[in-house]
Amino acid sequence: MAAALRLIKSRALIDAAGAACIAALLAIPLLGLRLNETGRDAGLTYHLPWIAYAALAVFFARLGLSYLRPWTFAAPAASRLTGYAPSARLLHGSINLLAILFALGLPWFSFADDNFIDRATLILIYVMLATGLNIVVRRAGLLDLGYAAFFAIGAYADALLSQRFSLSFWECLPISGLLAAGFGLAIASPVIRARGEYLAIATLAFGEMVQTVLVNWIPITGGAKGIAAIPRPSFFALSGATRMNEVDLFYYLILAMVLLASAFVWRIGRLPLGRAWDALREDEIACRSLGLDTMAIKLSAFALGAGLAGFAGCVFAARQGLVSPGNFTFAQTAMVLTIVMLGMKNQLGISLSTIAIIGIPEWFPALTAYRMIAIGIVLVLAMVWRPDGVSTRRAPTMRLMRRVARPTVETEAQ
Amino acid sequence: MDFFLLQLVNGLSLGAIYGLIAVGYSMVYGTIGLVNFAHGDIVMLGGFISLIGFLLLAPLGISIVPLALGSVLLVTIALTGLFGWLVERLAYRPLRGAPRLASLISAIGVSIILQNSVLLSQGASVKRLQPLVSGAFAVTVPGPVHLTIGIVQILIVVTAAVVMAAFAYVIRTTALGRAHRAMLQDRTMAALLGVNVDRMTTASFVIGSGFAAVAGLMVTLYYGAIDFSAGFVIGIQGLIAAVLGGLGSPAGAMFGGILIGLADAFWSGYFGVAYRDAAVFGILILVLIFRPAGLLGRAEVERI
Repeated sequence: MAAALRLIKSRALIDAAGAACIAALLAIPLLGLRLNETGRDAGLTYHLPWIAYAALAVFFARLGLSYLRPWTFAAPAASRLTGYAPSARLLHGSINLLAILFALGLPWFSFADDNFIDRATLILIYVMLATGLNIVVRRAGLLDLGYAAFFAIGAYADALLSQRFSLSFWECLPISGLLAAGFGLAIASPVIRARGEYLAIATLAFGEMVQTVLVNWIPITGGAKGIAAIPRPSFFALSGATRMNEVDLFYYLILAMVLLASAFVWRIGRLPLGRAWDALREDEIACRSLGLDTMAIKLSAFALGAGLAGFAGCVFAARQGLVSPGNFTFAQTAMVLTIVMLGMKNQLGISLSTIAIIGIPEWFPALTAYRMIAIGIVLVLAMVWRPDGVSTRRAPTMRLMRRVARPTVETEAQ
Repeated sequence: MDFFLLQLVNGLSLGAIYGLIAVGYSMVYGTIGLVNFAHGDIVMLGGFISLIGFLLLAPLGISIVPLALGSVLLVTIALTGLFGWLVERLAYRPLRGAPRLASLISAIGVSIILQNSVLLSQGASVKRLQPLVSGAFAVTVPGPVHLTIGIVQILIVVTAAVVMAAFAYVIRTTALGRAHRAMLQDRTMAALLGVNVDRMTTASFVIGSGFAAVAGLMVTLYYGAIDFSAGFVIGIQGLIAAVLGGLGSPAGAMFGGILIGLADAFWSGYFGVAYRDAAVFGILILVLIFRPAGLLGRAEVERI
């Protein structure tokens, strides 16, 4: 009895009860009273038990959480910078190599029919997109909320150029990338000087502006219906020479582009420009005091990201054969942003999170309805658990070859 | 001339709504320096809650319009404020002191969660409401067409004015307002001098969500329809209004809201609605190029 009283008095229980009350209140307009369409005007239907379900779910979830303290939503303490052992580097390298070999051999697996390869192609297109946004957000630390617009520019460039000027895919590809990069420069250069939020707001507005133009400029863009019958690329004599069908060749095309982009990004990350991106993200004032041209550095990252999105858009248009404004909404940007945030800053991580976010709903269509809400939850949780994941922490430039007395270095988060 | 006046009236009532939304952005930005990308979706929630409230009142037999409006307004403010409190608690408070990018991304996540939880629970269709406040005044002006001003429009402008006046009073005279102004000027110094930063942040979110609730109710009344994605575009419009007036300045936000409302109405009136949003975004980009601190804001000096 006394033990029971103690339990009742325990803070965890009170806390959980409070949370349950709040959940019940908030569940009233979301779950308890639902609007339905009865004729022209909305009517109400009552689902009152749902309020109790929500309250109970939150009660037990909160109770469970409080027994898992101190893990619960406490702000993370000092971040720990651990040494990066050469063996880990070797391991990463071999995993990367295995992943590349797997991707190269994919069409030869028995389970990989044309449908499978086609979906794998879509996943690779998103890997390409994420590679571009990774540079902008995680290397340079700029938030681009209109990323889908550059994807759209690439896709519509391919669609329009191939239909109106009958350019081939191979001619459209470089034009798409350059055009998207040019738009990136044009939109970013006026606002990149201002504070970080303004770039996010301006790109968000730019994304919506492009969406408005795509929907309304019907003579050129076809409006909401979009542009259909975009020719697929011709692979000249390759198809006959290698006895591969067109789907496989298309897969190898985007795979080659992704590998090329990855190699380029990996290489440029180790050149002065890549170092400057990292430095700028960490401390802009210090960079300026060292004489770096911060505007040019930011613009280069932004334009490079936009350009990669343009290439991805061109391939996307050729794969779908149809582009419409619905393919390039803010939801696309949010998806790519989530891939990047889950991607652990490396190409393998990006590929795996693309498979999770784009691939899983492709193979399990029933989950598609829950994809966006899952993306929202993942974005919030990723930030709450690892807020420093957006900055700091990179592979050390130099490392000691012998073990030293103190293998880990702890730094205080400022 | 009549057409011009008509658009002026439309613009003012739209501007009142945008202004209220913009004040919500400004409140939060002023206290913790975060652009709350989920604010538009809080407005949408306010719209839904008020719509549900109106539909609930019919079976309860409350048919006096002012009483219905008043009670729904209070309930909407309370519940929407609770949503704002919860969002701050779960998604922003753990990120205090984290890189700014992390909070922005978390805010985008919250926006997606709110939008999609309403989509999943309430469905995707546009929810319509019979006009509650109907009727219009005919105003005689010289000219062939006569001008009418809807009572809804008057109601919206008057309510916005009253809410803003009350808010200005609170900011000017109360301890809460003083703390808010102090945090606006210098967050660290305010904290050192004993301003409870956590409580002020919570307060700014709850008050901002209260403004969103009023705006959401007005959206429901004015358009007579709301759907789960309504918060996105209207949120961007409000955000642009806040940037136009200078982020962090409540008076600027109201001013920016009215400017955006007028631009919106006049563009729709004279050039059609197709490129209306694009025009407003164009204004934003012009402002960011020429006056990045907004029309009424002061430029922030970066200190080391």
